[in-house]
Amino acid sequence: MSQYQENATIIRFEQLTADNIRLTLESENIAACAKPGQFVMIRTATGKDPILRRPFSIHQASTNGRIQILFKITGRGTGLLAHSKVGERLSVFGPLGHGFEIREDRPACLVGGGMGIAPMLFLAKKISILKKDSANDHIIFGGRTRQEVEPLVNDFEQIGMRLVTATDDGSYGKKGFVTEVIQTLSLARETVVYACGPDAMMKQLHIYCQVKKMECQVSVESVMACGMGACLGCNIPAKDGHYVHVCYEGPVFNAEELAWK
Amino acid sequence: MEMIREKDPYPDLRVNIGKLRLQNPVMTASGTFGYAREFANLMNLHRLGGVIVKGISLEPRKGNPPPRIVETACGMLNAIGLENVGVHRFISEKMKYLKGLGIPVIVNVLGDSIEEYELITDTLCGVEGVAAIEVNISCPNVKKGGVAFGTDPQMAEAVTKAVVRRSDVPVIVKLSPNVSNIAVIAEAVEAGGADAVSLINTLIGMAIDLPTRKPALANVIGGLSGPAIKPVALRMVYQVAQKVSIPVIGIGGIDTAEDALEFIVAGATAIQVGTANFINPRASEEIVDGIRDFVVEEKLRSIRDLIGTLRVD
Repeated sequence: MSQYQENATIIRFEQLTADNIRLTLESENIAACAKPGQFVMIRTATGKDPILRRPFSIHQASTNGRIQILFKITGRGTGLLAHSKVGERLSVFGPLGHGFEIREDRPACLVGGGMGIAPMLFLAKKISILKKDSANDHIIFGGRTRQEVEPLVNDFEQIGMRLVTATDDGSYGKKGFVTEVIQTLSLARETVVYACGPDAMMKQLHIYCQVKKMECQVSVESVMACGMGACLGCNIPAKDGHYVHVCYEGPVFNAEELAWK
Repeated sequence: MEMIREKDPYPDLRVNIGKLRLQNPVMTASGTFGYAREFANLMNLHRLGGVIVKGISLEPRKGNPPPRIVETACGMLNAIGLENVGVHRFISEKMKYLKGLGIPVIVNVLGDSIEEYELITDTLCGVEGVAAIEVNISCPNVKKGGVAFGTDPQMAEAVTKAVVRRSDVPVIVKLSPNVSNIAVIAEAVEAGGADAVSLINTLIGMAIDLPTRKPALANVIGGLSGPAIKPVALRMVYQVAQKVSIPVIGIGGIDTAEDALEFIVAGATAIQVGTANFINPRASEEIVDGIRDFVVEEKLRSIRDLIGTLRVD
């Protein structure tokens, strides 16, 4: 497993909403070996404060040496990144972690809630390349409002999977949560659900998949210092009473492995 | 044909920690470098002076619940809770790789009683590839009501003696800064027979999430590390180096070669890179390069000529 520290030039800055930003970075080595579900650690300042890198799912990785990250401004680190400009360089470290295990021979249902949609574009593209036909695969993309969902719809529509959108307030797509939407889709029993989003959403999906006896892979989030298994700061409880570490045993886990609160 | 002999481009960076010989003074601090293998494809491990592996206890430890870390101004707090695989699995699963690195491997050990320290030292005796033991005395002594070995001079001396008596390799004792006079503890450890002291371990601190009124760490309190603690560490290294005659290993917020060199000027024979490994996995190797450049530029015969050269008027 190769990992790189690269000084990546920002080649595109997209302000999708007041809070949501997408950056395209020239990061040749990372783009060449990244897998869907993996992440990168990015320095948001060159000095000593804030000191730690921030983890971001890889939103897209292209064969022409580019990666994208998609994020919401939630604190100081993302606030600083929101002020970055095209042409500036960022220290990017990755690709890190254990990504999604794609089951090529089975129908896929990708579920992204809010910023949990970030890794799904890369995953959807990979699945559609691996499979001859993605017409029976689904993407469910939910957000709070139209602003959160609409700017990304074009990218997902191009993939050829069935896209279902939902918003909490009904301002775009169906009204309601993605966990309600999935129940209306009558998915085949051998479907694999790939999910990323708030804990409550993933827990509901896990329960749904247990009942339906479907495989459910979830990408989880954690604070972390190193991203590579050295600090041991990103533990979460596993089903067996032990801890697992999000950075190197995840961030993608089979939902069955985890202890859900 | 005449041989053209180039001047040796590599200056003398060697230092000795008791009987332990290091090719340069740069080591990686326990708990910040895993079992070294994690860094293998990101840097040249063989260029380090030594590696100090994650603290090992007699039995495996699960560690604390999350959240275990939180970022603070110019630093971070951690309360990992000494999660580790235990000494037996450490020897069977990790040592084979470590001894193949060709650099000294120092095993950081921790225990809740003198007996535990003794047993773990016995277990490590004769294990091929273990170059030295670093004794973490910051954990509480469960038999003495939880008072940390590192905060009581008599207990610090007793645990040092116990490990030194049983160890077949040099013993370094890692000191806690959470005391009123660290030099007193250092002197006690020296009296106990330690080959060296390393300092500082993390400073105890805490952080609060105001909206929820909750502590940022599940353990409520944790250890502060990173550049924020460097001035405190530098002061303590300076004070300890005045009082003991055994080598002092400086730790605390070392990010660059300049930081490392300041510790050496303050009296450290060697240094450890900690939190910086998390941000830049190549930090320790870059520090070796920077020290080498400094020795060349300053025309020093050896890095040893810089140790304790602080000019106080």
